[in-house]
Amino acid sequence: MTSNLTNESARVAAMFRKMLVIRAFEEAAGENFFAGYVRGSVHQYIGEESIAVGICENLRDDDYLTSNHRGHGHSIAKGADPRAMMLELFGKVGGTSDGKGGSMHIADFSVGMLGANGVIADGCTISVGAAQAVKLLGQDRIVVNFIGDGGINRGPFMEALNWAKVYELPVLFVCENNQIAATTTTRLVTAGEGIARRAESFDVPAVTIDGNDLFTVDGTAARVISEIRNGSGPQLIQAMTYRLRGHFAHDDAGYREPGEAEAALEHEPIRRTESWLCENGLSQDELDAMRAEVTAEIAGYVDDAMQADWPDPSLAFTDVQDVGAPNMPGAIS
Amino acid sequence: MSEMTYAQAARLGLQEEMRRDPTVWALGEDLGYEGGMAGQYSDLQAEFGADRIVDTPISESTIMGAAVGAALAGTRPIAELRFSDFAMCAVDELVNQAAKARYMFGGQARVPMVARMPIGIRGGIAAQHSQSPEAWYTHVPGLVVVTPGTPAENRGLLKAAIRCDDPVVYMEHKGLWGVTGEVDENDPSEIPLGVARTVRDGRDITIVSWAAQVGVAAEAAEALASEGISAEIIDLRTLWPWDRDTVMASVARTGRLLVVHEAVRVGGFGGEIAAEVAEELGVPVARLGGERIPIPFSIPLEEAYKIKADRIAARVREMPA
Repeated sequence: MTSNLTNESARVAAMFRKMLVIRAFEEAAGENFFAGYVRGSVHQYIGEESIAVGICENLRDDDYLTSNHRGHGHSIAKGADPRAMMLELFGKVGGTSDGKGGSMHIADFSVGMLGANGVIADGCTISVGAAQAVKLLGQDRIVVNFIGDGGINRGPFMEALNWAKVYELPVLFVCENNQIAATTTTRLVTAGEGIARRAESFDVPAVTIDGNDLFTVDGTAARVISEIRNGSGPQLIQAMTYRLRGHFAHDDAGYREPGEAEAALEHEPIRRTESWLCENGLSQDELDAMRAEVTAEIAGYVDDAMQADWPDPSLAFTDVQDVGAPNMPGAIS
Repeated sequence: MSEMTYAQAARLGLQEEMRRDPTVWALGEDLGYEGGMAGQYSDLQAEFGADRIVDTPISESTIMGAAVGAALAGTRPIAELRFSDFAMCAVDELVNQAAKARYMFGGQARVPMVARMPIGIRGGIAAQHSQSPEAWYTHVPGLVVVTPGTPAENRGLLKAAIRCDDPVVYMEHKGLWGVTGEVDENDPSEIPLGVARTVRDGRDITIVSWAAQVGVAAEAAEALASEGISAEIIDLRTLWPWDRDTVMASVARTGRLLVVHEAVRVGGFGGEIAAEVAEELGVPVARLGGERIPIPFSIPLEEAYKIKADRIAARVREMPA
């Protein structure tokens, strides 16, 4: 990369690279789902990368993060190893959970990533509890919970908002509002004005931003996270975005209006960030080289995942519990 | 030794653990002013402060879910749900989160929490405050299920549950809150999880039970003794893991097994024990449990649900010798 970049351009380029890693990871996850190597459900984060990257850029390694079913981007942005994540998607040894969890249960406790989650809005209650532990232990970590617009109609979200405010906990709720809950248009099943108003009704400050604008996400996160770390109590960021793919890889999103996704491409975050970088010191050649490097990196992880060993079946019976742990098959008559 | 109630003994056990380990804390409704439904938290907020004995909103999902998060983040929370019936509002957080985090995340996580959810008939609180759903949780991989039967056990088992690195479903029986017993205050040791207690030795039949039903089984054993039938009574104390060795050794000697529980018989944990014993020892087995009806309110109706000593004795007499 050119050495005469401003600090600002270099910082944005680093964030952009992370966004490219997420995009390439998700494309590879989808391809290998259709190729039959990745089983189950793969919920891609394509089109929303600026939110995870812009938020996590402002976190420390020891801050906590809880995620949801669409968690690959959050995990990578928080610092989880994408190679281990790819191995996990393939169900192989060396995956983040050695194949026990898969796509919806990626976690990396070494970077405070307390887990993706297959149950909508359950991360909300886990987050407020983690924040209570942080206070009890006298730490200055904060907890970020990523939730989607579909999750705001579950009780635990509203319970957790109330709880976070009652105890003035250091929690940042980030609602990625991609406007569709699985296959149902969220506003058709949501009364009132939505998430920001719900947060405000609990006296939790809420701000609505363009989530596809990396600079807005980064700037808002910098301010809000600093306030929370300095004792503001919980806050909420509603980041408006658009899910460029279906709910999961095998959803062709036929419920969309014709041309809707194509029109959305114009506002998608990678294109927008790339334009800014072009105008602020990076040449198209440099950007293309970066993209090629990231693509090769992810392709390498896919190769590694193809080659990696399957877990020994005995691993199915470990890490259940200490007291009353299961017997290995054949151990009892 | 001092004489104290089941509730007071639990309070003592919690107080000892909170003094020993600053990461132990409790959260639930009405723990401060009320001190818990039976005084099992009484005055502890004055000693440990409102950040460690936390009065919460009526938000069962978050009481349980916050305990999961707090356990993942390095503390040992005790989630007080007041009634196992109310804990049903938080089954998702217990079953989908607490029980599975360690496994799903490939061993990166531990969830050292206690979900305290009293069971059983206390008298006159009817269908939504009297249930005994302990079998539900024995079915869930990852959970430990404890049902203390005496004051000393409610202290010692609670201490073990708090120290355990697994999520523990801790089910005190509401009918026992006021029962008194000897507790050795100078012995701060825990009672190990997964170890049953032989309440009464016998030769002719083994009766396995837990929680308040143990006392009823002991009454039946007294009546049977006068007829020359010697019944051994075992209090399981922990349902998962249940003390297979003690039960099998006892039944191998007595040759017959009766399991008795207050919970509904159909799908109750008695069926599991009876099946295991029958498969392993091939001896006659039987179960007694509640009929499959909601717990009724009125005295004669509620009494009609209960498994009394005379029914236990009659069932023993019916069994093949």
